[in-house]
Amino acid sequence: MKKTSADVLPAEGGLGDAPLLAVDNLHVEFHTRAGVVRAVNGVSYTVGPGETLAVLGESGSGKSVTAQAIMGILDMPPAVIPQGEIRFKGTDLLKLSEHDRTQVRGQRIAMIFQDALSALNPVFTVGWQISEMFRVHRGMSKSDAMKKAVELMDRVRIPAAKQRVHDYPHQFSGGMRQRIMIAMSIALDPEVLIADEPTTALDVTVQAQIMELLAELQRESQMGLILITHDLGVVADVADKIAVMYGGRIVENAPVYDIYRAPAHPYTKGLLDSIPRVDQKGHELYAIKGLPPNLLDLPTGCAFHPRCPFRQENCVTDAPPLYEISGTRGSACHYWREVLDGERR
Amino acid sequence: MGRYVIRRLIQAIPVLLGATLLIFCIVFALPGDPIASLFGDKRPDPAIAEVLREQYHLNDPLLLQYWYYISGVLFRGDFGVNFADVPVSQIMAGKFQITLNLALTALVMEAVIGVGLGLWAALRRGKATDTVILAATLLLISVPTLVTGFVLQLVLGVKLKQWTGADIFPVAGTFAGWRSYLLPGFVLAGVSIAYLTRLTRTSLAETLRSDYIRTATAKGLSRRRVVGRHALRNALIPLITFLGADLGQLMGGAVITETIFNLQGIGNQLFMSVYLREQPVVVGIITVLVLIYILANLVVDLLYAVLDPRIRYE
Ligand SMILES: Nc1ncnc2c1ncn2[C@@H]1O[C@H](COP(=O)(O)OP(=O)(O)OP(=O)(O)O)[C@@H](O)[C@H]1O
Ligand code: SF4
Ligand SMILES: [Mg+2]
Repeated sequence: MKKTSADVLPAEGGLGDAPLLAVDNLHVEFHTRAGVVRAVNGVSYTVGPGETLAVLGESGSGKSVTAQAIMGILDMPPAVIPQGEIRFKGTDLLKLSEHDRTQVRGQRIAMIFQDALSALNPVFTVGWQISEMFRVHRGMSKSDAMKKAVELMDRVRIPAAKQRVHDYPHQFSGGMRQRIMIAMSIALDPEVLIADEPTTALDVTVQAQIMELLAELQRESQMGLILITHDLGVVADVADKIAVMYGGRIVENAPVYDIYRAPAHPYTKGLLDSIPRVDQKGHELYAIKGLPPNLLDLPTGCAFHPRCPFRQENCVTDAPPLYEISGTRGSACHYWREVLDGERR
Repeated sequence: MGRYVIRRLIQAIPVLLGATLLIFCIVFALPGDPIASLFGDKRPDPAIAEVLREQYHLNDPLLLQYWYYISGVLFRGDFGVNFADVPVSQIMAGKFQITLNLALTALVMEAVIGVGLGLWAALRRGKATDTVILAATLLLISVPTLVTGFVLQLVLGVKLKQWTGADIFPVAGTFAGWRSYLLPGFVLAGVSIAYLTRLTRTSLAETLRSDYIRTATAKGLSRRRVVGRHALRNALIPLITFLGADLGQLMGGAVITETIFNLQGIGNQLFMSVYLREQPVVVGIITVLVLIYILANLVVDLLYAVLDPRIRYE
């Protein structure tokens, strides 16, 4: 940890500068009885201070596994990381000792999870759980740490925080629980926050409030935010850039605006076409045909080829690299030009 | 909480009545004449037998007999007398103490050894330690108490004394105080230790897979703290039920162990009384056992609520 904090923070804002967090050609495999599950196959993405990266992709595409690899909370075994780097301010986290890694976890890079009810410990009060960060990592006394917990609960706008610190997770509503989760994650001012589908378990109005809260906290603290989500509506509002995952790979990455205007990968295009749109009310919803790839036995060539409407012969044999479309944009499709030029349905 | 306890005790009354009535009926349905067995091999004088029958209400309808009995227990704490006019409570006293000592020794062993081994196995899942512990529990489960009892008595009791000259584990009776209960306690607990080991192992392993453990790890806590503070308490909750239910099991199931180690406990007495058709004693012992069982369950429920804040006293 001393190593990492000694490193210079990258200059503010600039996308091209040395990134705060860089995942580089990451591979994660699970060695199971059924065989080797290749969950992540060469993922690269970066996030800078104050920047929000949205990670999209259908279930099983490796979004959470990548995030867990960054946090270092994968169970190893069965998980194995045969290749790749995860650089935090230039230091490869994968090369740190377990002790140093523990110093980064929760303090410099924090994470919130989808289902706050199961993600909070049912037998401890929320105050105990939040203040634990201060007691364990900052050596604060119980009462000081508890005061900090109240402050944090105020900050994430939980009403009557002072009384409610002594309540247990099950005594809160879903939205409030997620706020507690958020309070706990930002306790030590992490530089990167990973939110793995933070609003999926909540109802729509609450979803918006939680996203707003996250965006606000991010503005205040300039943390880098990795937002894993299924919700393309949320993405458009809060993300700066998007990484689309398929079969454990990034198939397209681009600034939000570019992707929404014209996707450069058939899978992204399929995702966008499957959003219900008011102006197309009554039309049948588009859905990408076929099933997600079998990670035990990925298709040859382009993993998307069995489902791709743009497929050509060479797609079956040649795996497309992530073609650079512009300085900030890439697509892992041999025919990205055709897709880019194609009409939005 | 006080109100909850009172309500639970009131709820226990029908359970107690039902259980004792059932036992009463079963015991009185047993073949054989208790009055006749009083006279041993001699034939009783029919007139005397008839007087005795009247005196012990044996000619009254069964339900009325039950009423005489249960009203005595409930309102006067009087468990009646046996057919030799010795109060049942006097017969039971002392014997319950011995069995309770035995059962509590077994329970402590269960909690310490079973939970300990289970936690150890869970933390070494898939490794050699885990495999050895699992194999040992399987052995303990599949060998009958009678066998473990005699083998341990021979090896740890008799042979160890011959080799070392010190009487570490007394083989019979209760003359050596608490040490007398070590060997029989272990024998009595044996199967439960094995089950509890497995239950603990599964419980902790399952807890360690839960989301809040992932959260705790993501908070940057040490493995030690994650397991010791965040997992342990959750993993222990389901074990409490097992331990509580087992206390009744241990008290009622001590007959074999008490026989092997010649402990004059309630198991032995129950066996003798059934043999001698001493209905009042049998019913008395079982009434107390049911009471203990009910109380143990109440304690379990209270402990449960202490450990798990999601449970309220309703
Ligand atoms: N411990 C594990 N053992 C074996 N396979 C695993 C393990 N954990 C994850 N996987 C596999 O890795 C793949 C990627 O999972 P991941 O959780 O990253 O998907 P995801 O993109 O987050 O999907 P979702 O949107 O459903 O959360 C899945 O196919 C899953 O089966
Ligand atoms: S490479 Fe071929 S199969 Fe893959 S997405 Fe592009 S067109 Fe489709
Ligand atoms: Mg996921």
